[in-house]
Amino acid sequence: MQTFDLEAQGLRALNAALHALKGSTNQTAWEVVNARGSHAIAVGVDAPIDLTVHGSTGYYCAGMNKQATIRIKGSAGPGTAENMMSGTVIVDGDASQYAGATGNGGLLVIKGNASSRCGISMKGIDIVVHGNIGHMSAFMAQSGNLVVLGDAGDALGDSLYEARLFVRGSVKSLGADCIEKEMRPEHLALLADLLKRGEADHLAKPEEFRRYGSARKLYNFNIDNASSY
Amino acid sequence: MCGIVGLFLKDPSLEPQLGAMLTDMLITMTDRGPDSAGIAIYSRPNPGEAKLTVQSANPAIDFANLDADLGRAIGADVTAVLKNTHAVLTLAADKLDAARAALAEVRPDVRIMSGGEEIEIYKEVGLPGDVVRRFGIDAMAGTHGIGHTRMATESAVTTMGAHPFSTGADQCLVHNGSLSNHNSVRRVLKRAGMRFETENDTEVAAAFLTHKMNEGANLGAAMEATLTDLDGFFTFVVGTRNGFGVVRDPIACKPAVMAETDQYVAFGSEYRAMVNLPGIDQARVWEPEPATVYFWEH
Repeated sequence: MQTFDLEAQGLRALNAALHALKGSTNQTAWEVVNARGSHAIAVGVDAPIDLTVHGSTGYYCAGMNKQATIRIKGSAGPGTAENMMSGTVIVDGDASQYAGATGNGGLLVIKGNASSRCGISMKGIDIVVHGNIGHMSAFMAQSGNLVVLGDAGDALGDSLYEARLFVRGSVKSLGADCIEKEMRPEHLALLADLLKRGEADHLAKPEEFRRYGSARKLYNFNIDNASSY
Repeated sequence: MCGIVGLFLKDPSLEPQLGAMLTDMLITMTDRGPDSAGIAIYSRPNPGEAKLTVQSANPAIDFANLDADLGRAIGADVTAVLKNTHAVLTLAADKLDAARAALAEVRPDVRIMSGGEEIEIYKEVGLPGDVVRRFGIDAMAGTHGIGHTRMATESAVTTMGAHPFSTGADQCLVHNGSLSNHNSVRRVLKRAGMRFETENDTEVAAAFLTHKMNEGANLGAAMEATLTDLDGFFTFVVGTRNGFGVVRDPIACKPAVMAETDQYVAFGSEYRAMVNLPGIDQARVWEPEPATVYFWEH
């Protein structure tokens, strides 16, 4: 186990050490202590390590993650796991706005609530939120899956492309071009897998969710609207 | 970007440390707002007394004999405590309005930062750490306080453009964001008799709340009205004689974190502003919801 004291050793030293781990490494277990809400912890990791951050984090923790499993033993600030490519990020507490934004792949698990703009412009990431999500979540989400065990705020999935949204609780309002869709057997199977990987299979069953997706009305310009421009 | 910190104490045993705690929080927010900083401290009042906190670009000239000159003009005793570019003038509470008016005559270049029974506001251009050191904020006691680190967007980097803004007795407001309809709201408030010192958008928000409270609204109702009448981005933190409030616009882009324990309610633009507060590891920490008013009163 590599233990890194962020207060004593500093953020640049941490991220430089993590970036030096190329491909396979035998330094696979890491912990960061004294996080104290610092920004940009473990951004840009590209190695199959397991890293635990003790305490709450600031902006952009685990951003651009590839391969690594990053656990945050606290709450996370804005932009957590932004543009993640692969690997897993698990937040024990709440996550602030735009968690998982523009994520290309991997799995983001938020065990508390996520605030506004969760999964905005997601491009393939899977996000499992045990609590609620705020307004404008999955705005312009292109692909991937967003699973919410609690409620969703206003304008869910506004201008959505092909991401799949599964919400167990209430949806305050749907955004433009986002509609409820039929839950078919393949979606239930997908959801069962996501709940299991998201450490939520003991909390909810696939049948309890509703599925939302794009009505695909905004994909092409409608010539009848030309006079509006 | 700007940084906001706030602390509302529930446990009187922490009151001697209020200034020190706010100083630590404010300095942590330096990188959100390095161009100027300000802090409002509310302390327990002496019955019958009021305080006017004033600022001068030439304190050696303006503050010389200020207590005697102002006292003569209002026909009452005035004592002055000089703190760098600021002076705290203490006088009989019923002379506060007269002193405001007389100050414009006896020292036209002196600017009023705040007036009231409990509030003192200190603000200047410069790094937050330098600003709070000039005024010895860390040694100040108090019941609640609000601080701001500014990265200016809507008006010039000047002392008067720094936050907090105070537009009524014992009231103040700090702001992270920018308002888009402040000119039209300012016109309406001017017609209603409000006076403005700057062209700053935040001063309009402060005056809007003062006007609502002058009309009889309580702090919560006045803050609720910002959600319908003010357009733009905002996280506001507001102080009154006995209250402390927080409200964010419905889009809620501007960050906000709150923490509450049995001893205090704390606000920070970021969690890291609060990491040195006592018992923070056991505090209830949450992000205030968009378009939702939070307030506490003693």
